[in-house]
Amino acid sequence: MKKGINTFNSRHTLEKRREPMTDTNLLLSITIGIFVLFYGFSMVKFGGGFLRPNQFFDIFNENGALIIIACGLSVVMVAGGIDISVGGVTSFVCMVSVVMLDDHGFSVAQTLLLALGIGLAFGAAQGFLVSYLEIQPFIVSLAGMFFARGATTMVEVNPRTVQHVSFKALRGVKLNLPFGYTANNGNFIAAKLELGVIIALAIVIVIFIILRWTKFGRSLYAVGGNSQSALMLGINVKRTRFCSYLLCGLLAGIAGFVYLLHTGSGSVTQFSGAEMKAIASSIIGGTLLTGGVGNIIGTLFGVLLLATINLIVIALKLKGPWWQGITVGFMLSLFIILQSVILSYRNRRRATI
Amino acid sequence: MQNDIILSMRNITKAFPGVLALSGVDFTLRRGEIHALMGENGAGKSTLIKVLTGVYPKDAGQIYINDDAAGIKSPKEAQRLGIATVYQEITLCPNLTVAENMFMGRGKYKFVNWNKTKRKARRILDSLDIPANPSQQLANCSLAVQQMVAIARTVDMDCKVLILDEPTSSLDEQEVEKLFRLMNELKSRGVGIIFVTHFLEQVYKVCDRITVLRNGELVGEYETRELPRLSLVSKMMGKELDDLSSLKKNDVVSTENDAPVVYQAESLSSVAGVKPFDFQIKKGEVNGFTGLLGSGRSESVRAIFGADKVTGGKITVHGKRAKITAPKDAMKHGIGYLPEDRKRDGIVADLSVRENIILALQVLNGFFKPFTKAQQRRFADEYIKLLGVKTASVDTPIKSLSGGNQQKVILARWLLTHPKYLILDEPTRGIDVGTKAEIQRIVLKLASEGMSITFISSEIEEMLRTCSRLIVMRDRSIVGELRGSDMTQDRIMATIAGGASDNA
Repeated sequence: MKKGINTFNSRHTLEKRREPMTDTNLLLSITIGIFVLFYGFSMVKFGGGFLRPNQFFDIFNENGALIIIACGLSVVMVAGGIDISVGGVTSFVCMVSVVMLDDHGFSVAQTLLLALGIGLAFGAAQGFLVSYLEIQPFIVSLAGMFFARGATTMVEVNPRTVQHVSFKALRGVKLNLPFGYTANNGNFIAAKLELGVIIALAIVIVIFIILRWTKFGRSLYAVGGNSQSALMLGINVKRTRFCSYLLCGLLAGIAGFVYLLHTGSGSVTQFSGAEMKAIASSIIGGTLLTGGVGNIIGTLFGVLLLATINLIVIALKLKGPWWQGITVGFMLSLFIILQSVILSYRNRRRATI
Repeated sequence: MQNDIILSMRNITKAFPGVLALSGVDFTLRRGEIHALMGENGAGKSTLIKVLTGVYPKDAGQIYINDDAAGIKSPKEAQRLGIATVYQEITLCPNLTVAENMFMGRGKYKFVNWNKTKRKARRILDSLDIPANPSQQLANCSLAVQQMVAIARTVDMDCKVLILDEPTSSLDEQEVEKLFRLMNELKSRGVGIIFVTHFLEQVYKVCDRITVLRNGELVGEYETRELPRLSLVSKMMGKELDDLSSLKKNDVVSTENDAPVVYQAESLSSVAGVKPFDFQIKKGEVNGFTGLLGSGRSESVRAIFGADKVTGGKITVHGKRAKITAPKDAMKHGIGYLPEDRKRDGIVADLSVRENIILALQVLNGFFKPFTKAQQRRFADEYIKLLGVKTASVDTPIKSLSGGNQQKVILARWLLTHPKYLILDEPTRGIDVGTKAEIQRIVLKLASEGMSITFISSEIEEMLRTCSRLIVMRDRSIVGELRGSDMTQDRIMATIAGGASDNA
């Protein structure tokens, strides 16, 4: 008897000392590690553009809107849900903004407010259906996606380019960074960040703070981890879920505006498949589809990693559009396998503690 | 002891489809007392507690806290009124840290101050002597520690009423002691504690009062010292006790040594980490695995059944070599296994009683030869009657049955396959005394009909009553085997401790 008790105690002291990383942090470090590895590999292997800071920041410029909706998706996924309507909503907001700016004399501020309003409306409607009527989030947001895409077509069928003067001026706003490269003719070309990217990065920071330091953010993790337990702990599970969709919708609205800032035009097919890219980014960034685990910094790196893979495919001069898809598909599978292997290994070790 | 009442529930009634779970139940809790809530499975204990904590809305009745009427509609509201609950199943979030689990969902803050939270958590954990680190992820703690974290959470909540719903069923003796110290500490601070448990000894050790429920009705409230054990049990069962002690040693099937060996394993091992072990069981024998929590009892039988990946060993069934690496192989050789964790491994919660009973036989038969509904119904009815399962109908979802009845359904599932060898891992855990005795009786009856049975239980008395041979384990290997007159509590303890043991 005595011996049994002793081993029990020593096991606990051991536990105290070792203190393993949380699942969230573990998956985040893996993502960052792999991104650094990939980018570093490209710098060595391809040189050229990869050595210039400009290319690095262009990844951001190209993906401002994607970063924003990926943030929204991470929030929803951490709480254990999914929202595949965000791409459609973004595209809808973008098209509505073009039409409002050019045909209906809306000012930039009015357009921005409308964008936020549309996003919130989608978020609220889907959040209500998912949290309070307890309908499968996949189905709700699938409907939302079709609805948003249909609405885009209804607003305008033909591709449109923004003519609004002050909006065009706003598009031109860029932040010159103190790094860059010297071109062949001796001119220094500074790396630039678009206004949209600055908004996107600000959002990343805000969401990071929300997830890490606010009661709401921590409730999201609790709900995603085990909603029954969360309820028992005194968390308003329904409201938390609802708010996650609301936030995701709001971010999709902002993303629509940012997307228009980047492209300056709206079309029916734009941004298609973006929700899938956003989901992929979140997962690569260490967010679990099952909820409760995830980190917004990881999501940012997920977007960057996806973009880097695309750049690598281009740099390898692999002809044919399928290479991108195949590579991304392969990477995604690899990540999920890696995640599940690591997590199941941890769980098995836990079971023996 | 002060006698002022902090909680009174009057005339509480709650009905579920087909069942009246509570009818006109009264319950009174005083400041600074530990009050046991007792009753058989299906007596309405859990329902009463869920009504009190706002998980279920009540159909009728009033709840008063400090003489004020309280309309408790959600767990959050209950928490706000100072009612804290620690459930049998851990109701914390495994993906969060220990500190977060202690403070999540309460307080008026908008932002989390991590350092302050950790410091506060550290102070509470230390004061209660709980071996956990505040910044550690909860999933990295052992189950027992998780349970204690849940209690630590309530300690800081300044609760007036603390409900402990079977808190001791996953703790070992030493941890139970610690919990009792903690309960007494809270009691001295004036907290009223409602203690739900099936362990009679524990009730008599710590409780001041006992309220007994039966079939959703109040039997009565008693002072612990004025209620002898025997009358408590008879009040719970509602009949003069056909005493447990009538299942005496002489009832235990003594296996003749010439009975054929049904199952034999040599140096069997599995990925779950049991050291390679030899084991055999004869026809009509009831044997048991015993040892401390985590000693490898369950892992051993799981290896026999192929529930964990088998990594080595030579197995013979009825004298013939057999290859058992997955549950399906074991079932084909006539081995049945009733798992320890019935919620996770046993029941399929959303399926009906009938479907749950038919499951194992259907697997054996192959899914392309389904039984007709009439056949299924006949099987189900037969075993529901045989085992006395209390259910509204055969088509009731199993999740709405009480724990003991769920256990009987799973037992029925295996009996239906007519196994030669049945492994029962903690079949009586978390169920009431009456059903326990019934299950023990069924085990002995099956053995007398020629079935070989391995029986595992945390309660040594129960094993002594039912088994004719005990295998003692420590640190994941077999350290001794006891039979006949050697089978006493003292000998088991000595063998576990590794002192004067005969390494048979």
